[in-house]
Amino acid sequence: MKFEALKPILACALLTSFLVGCSSTPSSSSSNGANSGSSTLSTDNGVSTGSVGGAGISGSDIDADGSIETVFYFDFDKSTLKPESLAALRIHAQRLIANPASVRLEGHADERGTREYNMALGERRGSSVKEFLVLQGVDGSLLEVISYGEERPASLDSTDSSWALNRRVEIK
Amino acid sequence: MLKKNCRVLCLFLFMPLSALAELSIEITSGVDNPTNIAISPIMMKGASLSEDISSIVSADLARSGLFAAMSRANMLSNPRTLSEVYYRDWRIVGMQYLVVGSVLRQSDGRLSATFSLVEVTGERVLFTHVVKGRGSELRDIAHYISDKVFYTITGIKGAFSTRLAYVTAINEGGRQVFRLMVSDADGARERLMLKSKEPIMSPAWSPDGKELAYVSFETGRPAIFRQRLDNAKREQLTNFKGLNGAPAWSPDGKSMALVLSKDGNPEIYLYSLATKTFTRLTRHFSIDTEPNWMRDGKSLIFTSDRGGSPQIYKLNIISRKIERLTFNGSYNARPRLAADNRTLVMVHRSQGVFHIASQDLVTGDLRVLTQTRLDESPTVAPNGAMLMYATKRGNKGVLAAVSIDAGSRFLLPSRQGDVREPAWSPF
Repeated sequence: MKFEALKPILACALLTSFLVGCSSTPSSSSSNGANSGSSTLSTDNGVSTGSVGGAGISGSDIDADGSIETVFYFDFDKSTLKPESLAALRIHAQRLIANPASVRLEGHADERGTREYNMALGERRGSSVKEFLVLQGVDGSLLEVISYGEERPASLDSTDSSWALNRRVEIK
Repeated sequence: MLKKNCRVLCLFLFMPLSALAELSIEITSGVDNPTNIAISPIMMKGASLSEDISSIVSADLARSGLFAAMSRANMLSNPRTLSEVYYRDWRIVGMQYLVVGSVLRQSDGRLSATFSLVEVTGERVLFTHVVKGRGSELRDIAHYISDKVFYTITGIKGAFSTRLAYVTAINEGGRQVFRLMVSDADGARERLMLKSKEPIMSPAWSPDGKELAYVSFETGRPAIFRQRLDNAKREQLTNFKGLNGAPAWSPDGKSMALVLSKDGNPEIYLYSLATKTFTRLTRHFSIDTEPNWMRDGKSLIFTSDRGGSPQIYKLNIISRKIERLTFNGSYNARPRLAADNRTLVMVHRSQGVFHIASQDLVTGDLRVLTQTRLDESPTVAPNGAMLMYATKRGNKGVLAAVSIDAGSRFLLPSRQGDVREPAWSPF
């Protein structure tokens, strides 16, 4: 295999370990994010062990019309990107490099905890996405992070599955 | 791709609003041995009044949890003046106190209510007092009577004449509509301050009670506004990229502590209302947010996760010295300080459930005050006797209150939609 072909895989593996603080458990790719308990990727002390694993090549669905996932989910009280988010985010990055346009990265939190603290948490999540896109080569001035905290839930129930849907960043 | 979010904003001048979510009171528990008090009907001879003064006073006192107010149907007599009081009528039904009074229309059209507080067992009159107001101010007259009676018996200044600000979110045509509301402390006379299709959050009173600061997303991103209650005049104070949040007026009313993330992550700033300048107060890569003032105006308390989990810290504005205040549990946030400058109330996670807790800043004792779940946004009454907070009932956001000693509680459920983020006005 030529190095050129390996480069994206290597880059994503590095990014995965850098951004995700990744554990060695690759999670099965799930685009709805409802089963958030399946992977806990962050370690508390910030020490991370990188692994190439399946994380870099796990796919994200691309619909028939060519649209890609625009909502990315997060674990409770975490702002690290999930490995299953990376493939779609890379496509967003490629498109933004090819066709620069202003994008809003809207960060959200679930309802647990205080509202202003959740505003900060939503912003951290939006910033994780921004950081990833910038590392991919997107012009950071095109990307604005706007946190909605817990003020705009995607699902109104007070259940684990509802909260999983609410901890998200939407690319708009 | 950038969505321009300049939505139409309906703004009413502080006008009554009857059709929307008016709050009602549901007392869930009181102290074990409440003081028995009877409020004899306070009426105007030969005319009816638009508000039932004695019922409002009875409800005020009962809501404090410290009083049990006698129902009118059980009263053996309905004295209006001291000369009509037969102590026996009240002694045999176990009353400790009795309020009698009457209303007169003066020649200038204003109303004048004369009322007396009587101690039944000692058969003595504790005071006789007159309060005057317009016909439209009967609820104010009633709350004034409650305050005077409450103070005379308990020694605690009554907070019945104060107000609440809060945010409602109501689903209208599949979309949430947000409103900033102000009501009396008992939930009556609800008024609309601001309506928006975008979120409204973090209402905070000015120390003179004449203005509110809040966060509104109407521009498409969060921004801090201030707005007068009397004429709805308002001003946008911040328009930075990132967070613009958690405004808190200083005790002297001249500045605001607030949160901006324009320099990369959430930091606390001091904003001078006169010079419109910002001074950065915190400098840390963690989240610093939710500032609230110590009474002397020299220190702030705030939430920070600089120690690895959200905890409450104290910041001296002059020396910039920072001191951690909470050590109990892995989530303590959104601090508010009671008027005694020593009782801290906050959101505290205990066994995975979010409650409101108080902590004595001198002894360090922590006490969980609430039994509901997903409790947030505590706000202390200006007399320090009660605190209000937001909680969930089913899937609905409601306001609830608990006395600072956790002895009495009540709920303020709304007829529709979510109610959240109560802010208790100053005196």
